[in-house]
Order: sequence, then C-alpha cells, then structure tokens
Amino acid sequence: MSTPAAIDVVVSEVVEVNSLIKRFHFKRPDGAPLPAFSGGAHIIIEMQDGDQTRRVPYSLMSSPLDTSDYQCSIRRDDEGRGGSLYMHREVVPGMQMTISPPANLFALDLRANKHLMIAGGIGITPFLAQSSQLERTGGQYELHYGVRSRELGAYIDELQDRLQHRLHMYYDEHNEAMDFDTLLSTQPAGTHLYVCGPAPMIEKVLDTARAAGWPESHVHFEHFSKAPPGEAFSAELSESGISVEVAREQTLLEAMEAAGVDAPYLCRGGACGQCETDVVECDGEIMHEDFWLEDDERASGKKIMPCVSRFRGKRLVIAR
Amino acid sequence: MSSIRYAEFKSRPYYGVLEPASALEHLIVAEGEGAHAVMELVAKAPAGFTSQATLLYAEGPYSPDNGNTEALRELGFARFHTSATAAAAVPRLEGALERLKMSTEVYLTGSESALSIFVKACTDAGLDYQGLQTEHRGSLARRVQCVHCKGITENVTTQPATCAHCGLLLLVRDHYSRRIGAFQGVNINAEDPSDIPAKEEMFR
Repeated sequence: MSTPAAIDVVVSEVVEVNSLIKRFHFKRPDGAPLPAFSGGAHIIIEMQDGDQTRRVPYSLMSSPLDTSDYQCSIRRDDEGRGGSLYMHREVVPGMQMTISPPANLFALDLRANKHLMIAGGIGITPFLAQSSQLERTGGQYELHYGVRSRELGAYIDELQDRLQHRLHMYYDEHNEAMDFDTLLSTQPAGTHLYVCGPAPMIEKVLDTARAAGWPESHVHFEHFSKAPPGEAFSAELSESGISVEVAREQTLLEAMEAAGVDAPYLCRGGACGQCETDVVECDGEIMHEDFWLEDDERASGKKIMPCVSRFRGKRLVIAR
Repeated sequence: MSSIRYAEFKSRPYYGVLEPASALEHLIVAEGEGAHAVMELVAKAPAGFTSQATLLYAEGPYSPDNGNTEALRELGFARFHTSATAAAAVPRLEGALERLKMSTEVYLTGSESALSIFVKACTDAGLDYQGLQTEHRGSLARRVQCVHCKGITENVTTQPATCAHCGLLLLVRDHYSRRIGAFQGVNINAEDPSDIPAKEEMFR
C-alpha cells in the first residue's frame, strides 16, 4: 500500500471561530487516544462530496500533549476547489469521517537556541500546536502574527493569554506591517525561522532571509499550495495502460485515485515530494504548482507533481 | 593544496571553496595555509567586503607564518585577531558566536584538524553545519577519538595511530563524529596485541 493507513473518526464538535473560520474536532468512535504527533504536523481529511472523493491536508492546531482529539481550523475559501466549502457546509457533529495519520513537514528543529515564528492569517494553525509543545518542553521562542483585523484574526485572545510577551501582533486595519529587515537582522546565532501564511508573505520572508545571509537549513516554511482549480484535461498513464479525465475542480492525483490507481502521496499540497512522477510525453504545457521540484526539473518538462499541478495541451503521458 | 580522498563514509566531512555570500556581516576563521583561501575570497568579493567582516587567524602550528599575518592585516578587516593555534582561537571564536546574528555568513578554512575544531565551536553555538562555508587548506592531520577510552588525540598523521590517552593502537576510520568533531579510532589488534602493524604516514 503506497498511501498511509486511514483512521476512522467521528466529528465531535464544530465551532465557528469567526465569520470565515470554523474549527473541527475529531475523535475515535471509541474515544481511544489518536496517534501522537509533533507541532507542525498535518492530517489529510477525506471528504465524500457526492461521487467525488476529496483528500485535503490541514494542520493540526491542538496541543500535541493531548491526543484525545485532533483539531483543525479551516478557513472558507470561496475561490478554491471546494474542500473548505464542503467542510463548512456539510460537516456537522456526529458525522463519521476518515483521516490520515499525522505527518510533519514543518517540525521544530529542536537543536535551535531560539525559534522565531512568523504567521499570516490562517497560517497561525501550526504555531498553535508548536507553541503548546514548547510550553511543555521549554525552549525560547517568539511569534509574530499578522492579521487583517481584530475580528478576522483567530485565537488572538488565547495566544495573548498563553504567550504573553512572546506574542507580537500586527493588524492590517491599523496599517501595521512586520519589519522583516529588522526582525531578520537581529536574531542571535542558533535561531531557526519558521513561516506559514499567504504565498506573498512567505516569499517576502524567504527573500529577506536569503539576502541577509540566513543559511537555508535554519529557514523553514509551510505553504500547502491550495491545488488550484483549472481547465479540465486528460492524461495517459503508461504503466496502468489507461487514460484519466481530470475535471475542473479535481486534481490529477484525485482523478487517478478515482480510476483505481494506487498512486503515492503524503501531503497533497506539493510540498513533500512523495507523488513525484516522471513525464513520458508532453505535447503542451505543465502548470507546476508545487514547492518540491527544482527550477531545472520544471523547465525540463520531465517531472510532474500530480497532487497540485495541471496540464494544458494536446497530450500528456505520465509513468504511473 | 592537497586534495582530500573522499571515502564511502557519509559522515566524512566534505569541504568546498569559500565564496563571498550575500549577508549583512561576515565572520571568517582561518588557520595556517587557510590564509591563502581568505586572500582568494577577498579577491572575489565586492568592494567593502572586509569592512563588514571579522577575521580570526590562527597562525600555526603547521605552516610557518611566511608573512601571512601581515598580508591579511593589510586587507582591512573591520576586526582582525590572531592566535597561535586553532585551539587558542576557540575562546575568541566562542565570544564572537555569542554576539553573532543569523544575518552573518560564516567562513572556515585551514587544516583538517582546525576545521574540526572550528566547525564544532559553531555547531555548539547552535549553527547548523550545513550553513557553514568550509575550505580545506594545509595538513590532513586528523583529530581522532579513541572509541575505547574516549580520549581525543590531536594531529594524527599515521595509520594506525597510538591513542595518546590509553596507548591502544588505533585504526583511524573515515567515520566522523560532528558532535565530537573527530574521526573515530578503533583498536586494530584487539585479538592479538603482539601483532603490531607498521605505521604509515597517511594524513600528511
């Protein structure tokens, strides 16, 4: 089996955090503890949306010290492929669902002398879990959290209570912006940097860090690319000997799964590299949406990450 | 410049060539013939590089000074300190690392032994070894930890080598401990201590 074993859970609680964000709690049907995880881990939630099966990654935000349930905060994305809309509209307490075991692509580097965390918007979720973990294990850290407004910022009160002077808030509505240049030029040796939030913010932090001379191994980011919807296309699978049609709001990986092909995956967000697939033939353009391939691999047209990337053109044949 | 024989051991350190990096500040630590790597680095760097850079230079013990110290002094480093050996440079390096910001690029160069000492000081201060620039210049003499008594013998050039602490005859392996900053030495004649293989100079 190339995909992780699934866990059956019951939705134990759904909480409206604000007008855009809902928090979902998952428990085992018998109440037994769920698998242990570390701060920054995510799970993949399986959604039966009509005849379509969606599998979407979300960060675990609850404390790693408490595995009686898992909690995910999900922001409604009206422009996305529909996963968050499904969660917001269809998922109610008592519902049975299936999730993957946790996997962590955004773990704390515990060799650090200090953890510097930068969050934008819903990118706060992994830091909720990481800060809970550090409260127990000890460790110097500070969290810089930017939100659009007090109303749309999630968990500000809870973080202020828990983190106190370690929390630095920035409100767009008050024109407060993080000063990345100063922040990144004043960190002591042995600091590790973590950033999660909207793509432009991540890019800006990474660019500033690079220009200031931060070593790559001290810089960690998480941006599950939200596999964007796009035009329908078809792909031939050379090893399976079949062809699949990828609908507008489906990913190539989902289309392969719907056709019964057991393709590998882990994050479903273009970050982990598990689903990397060789391209046998490509008459057209691959729209790469991942964070995994190197620039030269993208340019070569010989690799595709089917969990997020799409194709436009006459013919695409992949080795699966 | 001697070339390193890269072995099959993954842990065996790999050294590159120092290149000027984009960073707000620069910390350079050099030993012996590493002076020439520093001169080449500065020659490649944009103007003003040395005015944002600190150089700690350990003069020996393997390379007679040959005017290196004076040549380095003339390059105009913002801060320039010398010491007799790599080990003697460590307290000042530790002090520099305490004040170091993450926006500082770190460059280390010198003999295999000196690099072991410098890299360990940096990783002890919380820097990941992958973020350090290193260039080997000069001797291939190794720091070796005896896996039996745990004592570290400096400047090992022969294979096998005698542990300076417990006296066992050690096979010096390419297996390297980054935590300790030393190659691992394992007793070569445990079954028959009277079987004493001849020493060969391997790490000149």
